[in-house]
Amino acid sequence: MSALSDQLVSIATLVYLLAMISHAVEYALGNSRARAVAAPSRELVGAGVGAGPTVAVTAGGAVVGPAGRAGRAARRAELGGRIAVGLTAVAAALHLAALVTRGLAADRMPWGNMYEFVLTVSFIGVAAWLTVLVKWPFLRRLGLFLTLVMVLLVATAELVLYTPIVPLVPALNSYWFVVHVSTIVFASGLFLLGVVPAAAYLMRAGYEDGRRSFPYTLAKRLPAAAGLERLTFVLHAFSFPIFTFAVIAGAIWAEAAWGRPWAWDPKETWAFISWVVYAGYLHARATPSVRRSTATWLAILGFLTVLMNLFGVNIFFEGLHSYGGL
Amino acid sequence: MTAVDDRPATPAEAPRRRPNPLLALLRNSWRQLTSMRTALVLLFLLAIAAIPGSVLPQRGVNPEDVRDFYTANPDLAPLLDRVGAFEAFSSVWFSAIYLLLFTSLIGCITPRLRDHVRALRARPPAVPKRLERLPQHAVVPAPAGGAAAVAETLRRRRWRVAVRGDEVSAEKGYLKETGNLIFHSSMVLVLVGVALGSWYGWHGNRLLVAGADQVFCNTRQQYAEAKFGPRVGDDLPRFCMQLDEFDAQFLPNGQASSFNAKVTVDEDGGAPRQAEFSVNSPLRLDGANVYLLGHGYAPVIRYTDRFGRTQTSAVPFLTTGDIGLTGEGLAAFPDANVDPETGERNPDLQVAFSGLYLPTAPQQPPFVRSEHPTEQNPLLDLVAYRGNLGLDAGIPGSVYQLDQRQVRNGRLTEIGAKQLRIGESWTLDDGTTVEFVGTQRYIVLSVRHDPGMMLLLVSSIGLVLGLMGSLFVRRRRVFVRLLPAAPGDPGGGSPTGGSSLVEVAGLPRTEHPGFAAEFAQLVTAIGGRSGDAGTDPGAPARAREGAE
Ligand code: HEM
Repeated sequence: MSALSDQLVSIATLVYLLAMISHAVEYALGNSRARAVAAPSRELVGAGVGAGPTVAVTAGGAVVGPAGRAGRAARRAELGGRIAVGLTAVAAALHLAALVTRGLAADRMPWGNMYEFVLTVSFIGVAAWLTVLVKWPFLRRLGLFLTLVMVLLVATAELVLYTPIVPLVPALNSYWFVVHVSTIVFASGLFLLGVVPAAAYLMRAGYEDGRRSFPYTLAKRLPAAAGLERLTFVLHAFSFPIFTFAVIAGAIWAEAAWGRPWAWDPKETWAFISWVVYAGYLHARATPSVRRSTATWLAILGFLTVLMNLFGVNIFFEGLHSYGGL
Repeated sequence: MTAVDDRPATPAEAPRRRPNPLLALLRNSWRQLTSMRTALVLLFLLAIAAIPGSVLPQRGVNPEDVRDFYTANPDLAPLLDRVGAFEAFSSVWFSAIYLLLFTSLIGCITPRLRDHVRALRARPPAVPKRLERLPQHAVVPAPAGGAAAVAETLRRRRWRVAVRGDEVSAEKGYLKETGNLIFHSSMVLVLVGVALGSWYGWHGNRLLVAGADQVFCNTRQQYAEAKFGPRVGDDLPRFCMQLDEFDAQFLPNGQASSFNAKVTVDEDGGAPRQAEFSVNSPLRLDGANVYLLGHGYAPVIRYTDRFGRTQTSAVPFLTTGDIGLTGEGLAAFPDANVDPETGERNPDLQVAFSGLYLPTAPQQPPFVRSEHPTEQNPLLDLVAYRGNLGLDAGIPGSVYQLDQRQVRNGRLTEIGAKQLRIGESWTLDDGTTVEFVGTQRYIVLSVRHDPGMMLLLVSSIGLVLGLMGSLFVRRRRVFVRLLPAAPGDPGGGSPTGGSSLVEVAGLPRTEHPGFAAEFAQLVTAIGGRSGDAGTDPGAPARAREGAE
C-alpha cells in the first residue's frame, strides 16, 4: 500500500507536468482571443459597485472564433486548454489516491510529517482550483501557473521530503491535532491557490497600465486585472477565518499536550506572523487609500511566511513542533 | 469593503473659536493613531518584530539554547540580551508595538461601536428621489396588498423594513458590522486573558518518581523550575500526589506510541482517589492542571558504608534526548560514613556516583548509548567519587550533576568506575559496597494554573464567529416605491397595462458580486405577477443575456 502510494505520487507529478505543458500550448497558441471575446457574459466584478471593468468570459470555454487561421489557432488553443484541465483533474485524482493509500498504509490521517503535509496541502490547492474553475471557467489560463506550482511542490515533496511511514508520536495523537492539522492544511491549500490570481493580478495590472517589459508581457492573455484581484480577495477572505480557527485549535491542543496554549515556539511564532500579515492584507484591501497592488503584495508576502513555516521552520529551527521527519 | 473611511467615523466637531494648540496636537495624534493606515503599519511592524523571537533562542522556550548561544557568541550575546532579544515577546519594543496597536484598536472600535448601536436602533433611511440612479433598478407590477405586502415580503426574507406611506426602505446585513466589532473586541479580550494569566497564573515543573515514599505535595518549594505571577498568593491549591505506575509503549524502532500515568491524588478535603493522565489528556484538579511532559528511569542504588549502614535512593537519571532514553545522573550520599556512635561527620568521606543508565545496552562496548527505550538489557555505568561533595558550602549546585569544582581542587577524588547489571554490587577500595537494586519510573510534570484560560477560549470563539460575520455577510439596501397607475408609464410594457406598478432599487453597501442575482429574485418576489413583465434592462437581465 505504501509503495503504491509512492508510485501514485510519481505518476501524479508526471500528469501535472503534462497538464502544465498543455496549458503552455494553450498559452502559446492563444492569440488575441481574450480581447476578442470582450462581451461579458457573467460578471465576477462586483455588479453595480462602481461597475468595475468587466471580465472576458466564455461560459464552458465555447468560443465562436474569428474565421481563418486565427480561428484555427484559437480552436487548437481551446483544445489545449481543455486537455490541460482534464489532465489536471486526472492528476488530482491520482494525487488523492496517493493520499488515501498513504493514510490506509499508515492507519491514520496522512499528515504526520512534512512529506505528507506538503502532499495534502497541495492536493487541497488543486481541488480548490478545480472548484473555482467550475464556477468561473474563464480563469482557465491561470492553470499554467497553478500546475507549475503543483509540479514544484509535489516534486519537492517526493524528492526532498520523502519519509517512510511511521505512526504518530503520542503528543500528536489527539482529536484537536486532527482538527488543527486538517484546517491548517485546508487553509494553506487555499492560500496557495490564492497566490496564483494574486501574482497574475500584479502582472496583469501592470500590463493594463501599459507596461510591456518582461513579467508583464506574460499577462497579455490573462483575464482582466479587476477580476483576478477580486478572486484573490475571495480566496483569502475564505481561508483567513479557517486559518484563524486552525491556529486556535492548535492552541487548544497545545494546552492539552504541554499545558500552555501559546509559548512562541518557532512554529507558533511563524503562524502568528502569517496571521498578522494576512490580517494586514484584509485591512489594506479595506482601506481606500491603500492601492490594490500594495494589498496584493501583502497577500503574496503572507504566503511566503506560510512557506517559511512549512519548510523553513522545520529545517532551520528546533522546537516542540519538530516532527518534520527530516 | 470599500465603504470604509480612512478615519474612524468620528463626527467632525465644530471648530472652536480659539483652538488650544496642545489639544489640537493631541487630537490630531489621536486621529492619526486610530486611522486604518496606522493600524496597517503597526500590524506590519508587529509581524516583523516577531521574527527575531523565532530566529534567536528564547528563554521561555529553551533556556539551554540561550546558554549555548552565550557560549558560542560571547561578545554578541550580552548586547542582544540587553535589548531583550532572548525574551523577545516580553521585550520593550515588542510590547510597545502591540500596546500601540491595541490602543489604536480601542480608539477605532469605540466610536464604531457607538455608531453601530445607533444604526441598529435607527430605521432604514428614506427612499431616495431618483431610484433609477441606484446600481440595481426594476419596475414591476405592484402586488395586491400595496406597500404593506411589499414590507411583508421583505420581512419574511429577514430584511429590516421601514414603511413611509407608499415607500418602503429595507436594509439587511447589519451582522457584518456586528461581526467586525465582535472580532476586534475579542482581540482586546484575548489580550486581557493573557494579562490575567500572567498576573494570577503560575506553573511549576518537577520530577516525580514512582513509589509511596516519593509523594509530592503542592507547595512552592516543591518545584525545581517555576514561575509565579506577581499576584499569586503563597497558598497554592492543596493536593498531594503519588505516582503508582507509569506505562509507556514503544514501537520496535523506539518511537513512543502511548503513555499513561496512574496516580493517587489526595485533594484537600477529599478522600484519596486514583486518577490517570497522559500526554494530551492532563489531570484537571481543583485549581491546577497536571500535565505529563516527560519520563525516564530512576535507578535504585543502595550504598553500604564503612559502618555497615545502608542507604537506598531512587535517583532520576535525566534523559539525554536520544530515542533510547539513555539517562545521566548523580547518586549522592552526603550522609555516608557518619559514625553511628559518635555521630561525627567526616566531610571528606562523602560518597557520590555519577553515571549513565542504559535501559537497553548494546551487546558490545562502548556502553554510552541505549538502543531502545524499554529495559531489555539494563546497564548502569557508574563512576565513584569520595571526598567533599561541596553541598554544605552553600554553593548552589545541581542535584543532577557533580560539582566539578570540588574535583578540580582535589577535595573530591575519583576512585573507579564499573558497569553494573541489576542485582550486581561493586565493592569499593575501602570495603564499602554499592548495589544496583533495580529501577523505578519517573515522570516529568508541569503543574499549572491559568485563570485567563476561560476568557481566552471564549474570546477565541468570538474571534472566529465575528470574523465570519464580518467577511461573509454583506450589507445592502432595497428601496421600493409604489407608482400610481398611469397609462404609458415608461417602465410599463406590462401586458396587463393600466394597473399600478412598483419601482424597486437596490444598493449594495459593500462589495457584493451576487447582489444582482439576489435583487432579481427579490424583484420577482415583490412583483404582483410573474415578474418577467417590465424589468428594466438592468444587471439581472444582462446576466441572462450573457448566458446565451
Ligand atoms: C489588533 C490588530 C488588528 C487586527 C489583527 C485586525 C484584523 C482585521 C481583519 C482580519 C479584518 C478583516 C475582516 C473584515 O474585513 O471585516 C479587519 C477589518 C477591519 N478593521 Fe481591523 N484589525 C486590527 C486593528 C484594527 C484597528 C486599529 C482599526 C482601526 C483603525 C481597525 C479597523 C478595521 C475596519 C474598519 C475593518 C473593516 C473593513 C471592512 O469594511 O471590511 N482594525 N481587521
